[in-house]
Parts: sequence; C-alpha cells; structure tokens
Amino acid sequence: MDLRFSDAEPTPDERVAVDAVLGPPASSWLGATDRTAADTRTAHTGRRVRDRRDELLPAFDAVQSAVGWISEGALMYICRHLSVPPAEAYGVATFYALLSVTEQPPRVLHVCDDVGCRGFGANELIADLEQWVGPEDEPVDGAMWLRSPCLGQCDRAPACYAQLAGTDDTTLVRAGVDDATAVLAGADVPPESVAIPQQGDDGLRLLRRVGVVDPTDLDAYRADGGYTALRRAVELGPEGVLRELTDANLRGRGGAAFPASVKWKAVANAPRRPKYLICNADESEPGTFKDRVLMEGDPFAIIESMTIAGFAIGAEQAYFYIRGEYPLATTRMRHAIDQARRRGFLGTDVMGTGFAFDIELRRGQGAYICGEETALMNSIEGYRGEPRNKPPFPTVAGLFGQPTVINNVETLINVLAIVRDGGQAFAAIGTTDSTGTRLFCLSGAVVRPGVYEVDSGTTLRELIILAGGDVDAITAVLLGGAAGAFVTADQLDLPLSFEDAREAGLGLGSGVVMVFGPDADVADAARRIARFFRDESCGQCVPCRVGTVRVEEALDRYLSNGHDDGDRTLIDEIDRVMKDASICGLGHTAGTAIRSALDKGLLGDPT
Amino acid sequence: MSDTTLRTVTVQLDGTDIEVAEGTTLLDACRSQDIDTPTLCYSDVLHPVNACRVCVVEVEGSRPLVPACSRAAEDGMVVATDTERVRHSRKMVLEFLASSVDLSYAAEEVHGWMDRYQVDSGRYGPPAPPDGDRDERKAHAGHHGAVDGFTAETVAQPAKIDNALYMRDYSRCITCYKCVEACGEDAQNTFALTVAGRGFDAGVSTEYDFALGDSACVFCGNCISVCPTGAIMFRSEYELREAGLWDEDRQEVTRTVCSFCGVGCNLDLHVQDNRIVKVTSPQDHDVTRGHLCIKGRFGYDYVQQLPDPMTTPIDEVLAAARRST
Repeated sequence: MDLRFSDAEPTPDERVAVDAVLGPPASSWLGATDRTAADTRTAHTGRRVRDRRDELLPAFDAVQSAVGWISEGALMYICRHLSVPPAEAYGVATFYALLSVTEQPPRVLHVCDDVGCRGFGANELIADLEQWVGPEDEPVDGAMWLRSPCLGQCDRAPACYAQLAGTDDTTLVRAGVDDATAVLAGADVPPESVAIPQQGDDGLRLLRRVGVVDPTDLDAYRADGGYTALRRAVELGPEGVLRELTDANLRGRGGAAFPASVKWKAVANAPRRPKYLICNADESEPGTFKDRVLMEGDPFAIIESMTIAGFAIGAEQAYFYIRGEYPLATTRMRHAIDQARRRGFLGTDVMGTGFAFDIELRRGQGAYICGEETALMNSIEGYRGEPRNKPPFPTVAGLFGQPTVINNVETLINVLAIVRDGGQAFAAIGTTDSTGTRLFCLSGAVVRPGVYEVDSGTTLRELIILAGGDVDAITAVLLGGAAGAFVTADQLDLPLSFEDAREAGLGLGSGVVMVFGPDADVADAARRIARFFRDESCGQCVPCRVGTVRVEEALDRYLSNGHDDGDRTLIDEIDRVMKDASICGLGHTAGTAIRSALDKGLLGDPT
Repeated sequence: MSDTTLRTVTVQLDGTDIEVAEGTTLLDACRSQDIDTPTLCYSDVLHPVNACRVCVVEVEGSRPLVPACSRAAEDGMVVATDTERVRHSRKMVLEFLASSVDLSYAAEEVHGWMDRYQVDSGRYGPPAPPDGDRDERKAHAGHHGAVDGFTAETVAQPAKIDNALYMRDYSRCITCYKCVEACGEDAQNTFALTVAGRGFDAGVSTEYDFALGDSACVFCGNCISVCPTGAIMFRSEYELREAGLWDEDRQEVTRTVCSFCGVGCNLDLHVQDNRIVKVTSPQDHDVTRGHLCIKGRFGYDYVQQLPDPMTTPIDEVLAAARRST
C-alpha cells in the first residue's frame, strides 16, 4: 500500500485533538513535525499501524467535537497517523451525518422533525427558527440549524440536539424557540435528566432504579443490590449462566426477537479466540427512547449485565456502541465505566475472581443503519457503516472477524434478574413464548408519555390507557417504529407478545407505541417515514438505495395527485423487492409502515 | 495431514439434483447447468460484494432471496432460479438502475436481461435533469431536497475529465464497487477510489473530490477494465464516441505481450483505423487476471506517433492514423 497524502497541514487545535485520542505520532512517517535521524533510515507504517484502523472514528469524533468540522489537513493528519488511505477515510467521514467534511459553524442545532416531534411542536419550532434565525443550513454568527431524524426524546417533544464544538454537546427537550436561540447564541444549557411515569412503582423490574438510585454513584448501586447478580453468576459458572438464560427463554429486545441463549451458547462454544461482546446502544428507531432511559438512569446495571455476558461467553473485551445524539447517556455511561474500572469491577481481575473483562465506549456519528449489527461492527472497525452479507453470522465471524455476541441494552439488562432469581422464575412472567417484562415507548397523543414497563402479553389498549391515552379517539398507532406498522383502533386488543404480534402479521420492533389522535396527520407521518428511510439507507444495495427514493416519489404522487391506483401498485411492487432482495433489515422494513397505512385506508382509498 | 479429497455437496437446482464441489457458489452451480444468471457487481477477478442484488435466487428456508454470486452451495439446499419472486426482484433491480442511471454503454447481455424481465423504466416518471451538485451532496449524509412530485431522481451529472488518459462519467455509474475493489485490495492496492456519501447520494469519489492527478491514482486503468457500464473510459474511446466515430465492428483486437518488463502480461490491443483506441488484458490470464499497470495500459503511443488527441481535433488524429497505414 503506497499512501499519498496532500500537503494540507492540521491546525494546532486539530493536532491536539487527534493526539489526545491517538497519542503523539511515533515518527515523522506518522505525522510528527520533526524528522529525526532514525526516521530517515526506518519507516514503521506497516501492519502494526494499520491494525489501529478501528481508532479512525474516535479520531474523527475528536476533531469534530473540538473544531466543528474535519478539514483536509485534519483528515490527512489522521490518515498519516493510522496509515489509512485518505480516500477511504473520506468515504468513512462522509457516511456519518454528525461528521462534516465541509466547514460549518461551531454550534449546530439538530432539530427533530420526525414522526414523534412534528405533530407536537417541531413544526412550530422550525417556523420560529426560520423567522428568527434564518433558513436551515445557513450559518449565522457561528451557528446554524438542521432538520434531524428522531432524537430519542419523543416523550418530551419537540427535541433538539446541539452539537457544540469545543464544549459539551447538549439536548433540548420540550424546546421552544427561546431555548433554541439561546443555545445557538452560545448559552450553556445542560441536558435535562431522565424521568419516567412509573417511577417508584413496586412492580418495576428493569426500571426499578431509574430516578430512585443515583446513577453516578457506584456505592448507591451496590447498596441497592448491585453486583449481587455477578456474584451469583460466578457461583453458577459460565455453563450455569447459559443454563439459566436458556430456561428464561429471553428474546432480543432490539426488534428481531432472536433467542439470546442461542447467540451466547454459539459464541461460548466457539473454539476461536478472542471473542467479543457488543452492547448495541445505537438506539435510533424513530419513536424509541427506552435504552436511553436505562443508560441515563441505571448505567451500572448495564455494566454488570455486560460483565455477566462476557463471563458466560468467554469474552474479555466488550464494546459499548452508543448513539452519538445521546450526550447525557454518554456522560453517564463513561462515568460508570470509569468508576467500575477504578473499583475493580472491570479490568484484569474482576471482583478478585481472576476473570478479565473491560468495556470500551464507542460513539456513533449519526447513522441509523449502524444499529444493524454488522453495520455496527464495520463502524467500530473504522469502515463505512454498511451491513455485511449474512451468513456468516456474528456468532461465527463478527467483530474483527471473531465470534461475537451482540445484544441491545434492554436485552442485556434482563440478564440480572435471570441470574439472580433463576431462569424459570423469569419465564413465569409474561407469556410462554415472550417471557419477562418489556419496555414500551409511549409517545404521541397520550397524557403521560414515557417508557413503561409491563408484562409481555399486556394488550395495546391497556398500555395506552396506562399512559393516559383516549382509546376512543385513536386514528392509528405506529407500532414498532418507522420500521414497524400502523395499526388501527380495531386492533387495540392485540396482546403485546412476539407470538401474538407475529400472528397478526406485525412486529413489536423496539417497543414503539406512537399514538395518533383524531387531529393527527397520518399522511404527513407517512411522508416523513419515506424521507427517513431514503436519508438513512446506506446506499450499498440497489433495492434499498433506489427503492427508498422511488417509494418517496410514488407516495408523494399518490398523496398529491388524487390517489392514483398505479402509484399504489408501484409502492407495493417496490416494497416487495426491498423485502426480498435488500441486504439488511433496513431495506426489508423500509416500506412496511407506508404499506400498512395504505392497507388500512389511512392515506385515502385509491381511485 | 491435509485432506486432499474434494468434498462435494448435492443441491437441488430448479428441480434437478446436482453435485458440486464444496464451496462452489450458487452462481457457479447455475453456470454449470447453463442457467443464465444476470450479474452486474460480480466479477470473476474480484471478491463478490453482492451489492447489486440482480443475481438473487430463492432458497428454501430463507425468507429473503439470496445473492447467488456469494452464497456457497450447501448440502440439501433447494434452489429455484426462475420463480415469480426471483423474476420480480430482478426486474425491479434492473428497472431501478435503468430509471436512475444511463445504461446505454452497458454490455449487450445487460440489455438482454432487461428485455427478458420486461423492464419499464418509464413508469417511475420522466428522469430528473442532470445535477451539478452531486459531489457536494455526498458531503451531507442524512439530508436531501424535497421531491418534485413529477420526475424520477437520477444520478445524471457532468462528466469528469481531468487527465489525458481516462475520464469518469458517473451518470453511468451503478455503484457496483468494482472500481473501488480493483483500485484497492483486490488488485492495485492504491486505494485512490472510495464510495463516499450515503444512500442515493453515495457514489465513487476520491478524497474531497480531488482530480485524479492530485489523488493516489497511479493510472493503471484497472478501474476501466472492471467497469460494467462505461462510467470509466479511455479518453480515446470517449473522444471517438463523442464524435460519433466509435465503431466496434471496425475494430480489430490483437493479442500481444507487453514489452515494458519481464512479467509477460498479455495485452489485447483494440485497433480502429490503424490506431490503438483501447488496451485490455484477458481476465483468464493467470498473470494479469485482467489487470495491468500504467505502462501496459496506456504506454502504447510510441508505436503510433500520432498527434496528441488532447490538443488536436479528433478528425485530424484519425486522418493522420489513416495516412500512416
């Protein structure tokens, strides 16, 4: 590999930011300013340097966070440092919405105009911003605003995420134009902490500590029963943990509902080492915010769950891949990982048991697709977040080609109760095939939006009533997120379990229950969903890359030009090829919600 | 001791049981039975990226269709290559491409598949006009302009002509990743090309859209030889096509051995009007696998001292070529 770099130099600020993550360059070959005598004789730019490729995204993150964009000089410096071809690095940087390769102002406000916010103040906020600040994507006085996909704050709409160079990012919830302009002007607005409607309820299992136990204090966590599950896991041994997990029949909560024990056992039994664990915290499904609530409210529980998983499957290294637009959750998780490491709950000798386990936090950079497990692995490895073709599955060849378990936050946190109380006790909750409790994200036309924990099998009606929704005034419910489907009032008695949902031709997805009231504009939501998938398609495979564009165009024609039956047929045909021939779940589900809205007559009947 | 016995697996292909060597792809299995399977991003000399999805087949037990180019045959697999689902997906993939990309220079077989699957690219609306900002849009992942309710978005954009040897017309690019692979780890190890941007705005690019001369490009032209749609082309071919003078019927292909070094790469010289207009190398040649270096690919001028096509009108270049016969 013969790399060619341009002459562009990094600014001192960029250099400092990169060196803080990658360390100072070891020689002038890797970007050091002074050429030593040794450098004229030897060059160490081979495999050992290239093996650090996975530090590419953290290096970009550092420059973006410090300076506000990635200049040619900064990119070249990072590429020298890691021996990455500049073109490849450019391909990676341009993949992510939060990284900018063109100069942009230091304060960028990402204003959610997605399905959860647009009917609840986002449209008004955007109109105000246009009036008082200026048009979208136009820098004014060191600041600008952009429309954004869902920011995972749907219970507190409208939401904004402020990407602030040189200082901590923040989130605005229930945002008005005053807050927004204040942040754009450089005011310091700390992110608002988490609250859940059921806070303090006795029946809570997963949410028990949220809002009750200090999420920044390891001792408070331990005083509340923290780390008893890990002790129990050590007593049980890896095989014992796997047995309990099998008895518990725990299914993944990320959307695919795959049995967790199957993944764990496959990796535990794999002869190849090292093995990896990944916690998928790239929660980006529109309408979803449950994992954020867990991260902000009970971070040590996530760390303990991951440690048990690592112990059971024989992984010593884990990655925690967190959505970039979650600044408070990132701070809490970083702090908790630091605390746990400092106190011997992570590291080379976890709790004196001789078991080594550590967690590295990686931030996503604005790409819904990176919630797809193999795209996430490519992202960690420093490549474009494009999904891989399966097989091979991650349990065989996952992160860095090694056997890997990847679970999302909610899935993993269930492990604590399974280990502590036994798999059978866990399986006694919920239904036969959907064990345990589940978190649902209630938003839209309900009085008390938020994350709710209920037994699997609870009906949609019960859940909406719990959140104070008027079940007699429902136009539709978006179940499972943008990748889910619209259901109508006649389906409210659907029990929320995998098997009942499957029988009804639905999925629970990531637990989104977005309620559309009598005034809601479902057609507008459908258009936004079409735009979302077009924006978030990675562009790798033709069915999804072009199909998401054609769906948006056909839906627009259908809604604007008198509901032509030809456009309706076209949407069905496009949805079929995306479902049949796309590489990953994004393409498979990109047309589902729109088709369901059409099927239910929510977008008007074809002529 | 290594196991030297060749293991075989039996798959049922369109109702017929066939035995193939373990590791054989479904595409190769199809080929062994003379089942014509369309491919665009697949090449015998590159790792399959299975991005175009035009080769999909139906495998019993798999909910989505699977790409034949990269799925290995497994014992007992039941594969169908001409079901309604397969035909629908192939038709749609070809329609998506035909409605968004200029496929006029794609190989004849591609047009044959479009006929076979009854591709009607017009039903997505009239094509949107060319867009000069597509490179800029690569730098804005996650955002796109409003649809106009009328036209079908395309990748039409101005051609990039920034050097004397070859040009790039991404209006013809189906983003099959072949040039990126040939430039990178599958052949040249130069990594001058990447896919940048995301979604429909993703496309092949150098870093910051640098001109090729400022990029890592070493002008081996291996990207040209793998491009299935003429998006990357010899300048000589491009100029002749623009002048309406490109005529493959009048071309002769002469195989020779490159004279520049001792490796012995085979060259196929494409000659029109006694002038070399293009150089390729046979893909089945076990030295080159179709790949060449700048000398073999472009270093032919010394055999035909003709006026420089960069500075001389193409008619005069051709006239000079005719005079030299």
